[in-house]
Amino acid sequence: MIFDLLLVTALLVSAVHALSTPDLFRAVVLFIVFGLLMALAWARLNAPDIALAEAAIGAGLTGALLLDALGHLHRKRRERSP
Amino acid sequence: MKTLLTTTVLLLAGVLGVALGWSMLDLPAAALQLPAEVKTQLGVSGVTHPVTAVLLNFRGYDTLLEIAVLLLALLAILVLPQATPGGDRGPAPANPMLQSVARLLTPLMLLVAGYVLWAGAHRPGGAFQAGAVLAGAGVLLHLAGLLPPWASPGRALRVGLAFGLLVFIAVAAAVMLQGNLLQYPPAWAGALILLVEACLTVSLALVLAGLYLALTDTSVQQ
Amino acid sequence: MSTALLYAFAGTALFVVGVAALILQAHLLRKILAFNFMGNGVFLVLVGLGQRSGVPDPVPQAMVLTGIVVALAATALALALARRLLDLNGEMRLPEEEIVRDRLDV
Repeated sequence: MIFDLLLVTALLVSAVHALSTPDLFRAVVLFIVFGLLMALAWARLNAPDIALAEAAIGAGLTGALLLDALGHLHRKRRERSP
Repeated sequence: MKTLLTTTVLLLAGVLGVALGWSMLDLPAAALQLPAEVKTQLGVSGVTHPVTAVLLNFRGYDTLLEIAVLLLALLAILVLPQATPGGDRGPAPANPMLQSVARLLTPLMLLVAGYVLWAGAHRPGGAFQAGAVLAGAGVLLHLAGLLPPWASPGRALRVGLAFGLLVFIAVAAAVMLQGNLLQYPPAWAGALILLVEACLTVSLALVLAGLYLALTDTSVQQ
Repeated sequence: MSTALLYAFAGTALFVVGVAALILQAHLLRKILAFNFMGNGVFLVLVGLGQRSGVPDPVPQAMVLTGIVVALAATALALALARRLLDLNGEMRLPEEEIVRDRLDV
């Protein structure tokens, strides 16, 4: 139970931090961290299939997509302001 | 004005959260005990893992529509015009360490995906996890420069994308000849589920990798 | 209170935080992040409430499995549209929202 309380606190803190930090790269990295913590939460909820899927899809593929979009944004910004 | 808006929204969100939480506190016990029902019907489903049975047999219709939704999202992404057309996408810069790591990891990922697909019948696993691992392998290969991005998919790729959905629909329709939609005959259920899962894995891997590959433009200079 | 109910409460809190961020943040990438947090919160509520008596329930687990993959597809489509907006407008913000925010002086 203590472990569950700590995990829930970590989930909420990383979520709030990810949505309120001014740096976008840090927000995406915190989102990936959140995805991995969610995989732990699914394991605690006796749902190993969801844990596997969340680790691969939620943290992996979504994180890669967001980082790629962020790189595109930075490149566009750099092109515009020489 | 900005702080007023912020505090109002946060306050309303807090009220919503408290209301939701309070309504969850005294819910009565569920009238329908689904886990027990699934366990009793597990024998005729063809697999021994309850989640796979629910996903591909008892609620197979949801999975069928889900594949269609994924394909639709990929089509919508492919239709959007991108700023840098596929023509002048140069190759990604060669990073030898990343390439050797990618070459080392990809066969392992293929093996893991194959095992997870096979093991989905009797332990946690299944088509979605295997497809996600394969898609991850595809993204890794692309980042190492070994897999080019999609300018526009050729014929083989298009067939591969639609393949899983078509096989699933074909199986569902064929089964309808002697029963309702997606009502597998119990003797064939295991084999049919494995067939559908295998085709779904390939298709899902292509769709998920395509969601990434169709978006990137490799005008990365180093 | 069982552990599953605790996760259901956490899911509610995540959902509410996501809604607040969706309204308050202007940048599209942050809105997409907020949408993902909302989705994960809803998944936690689905499984947590369904298993509040402690027995693992395969039906909401299958639903959440479907939901995770569909959320990925929705995020990818949203990112593609945001990039298109970036190419056309020069920044990832909705022009209508800029007008409203200017008028409200926010």
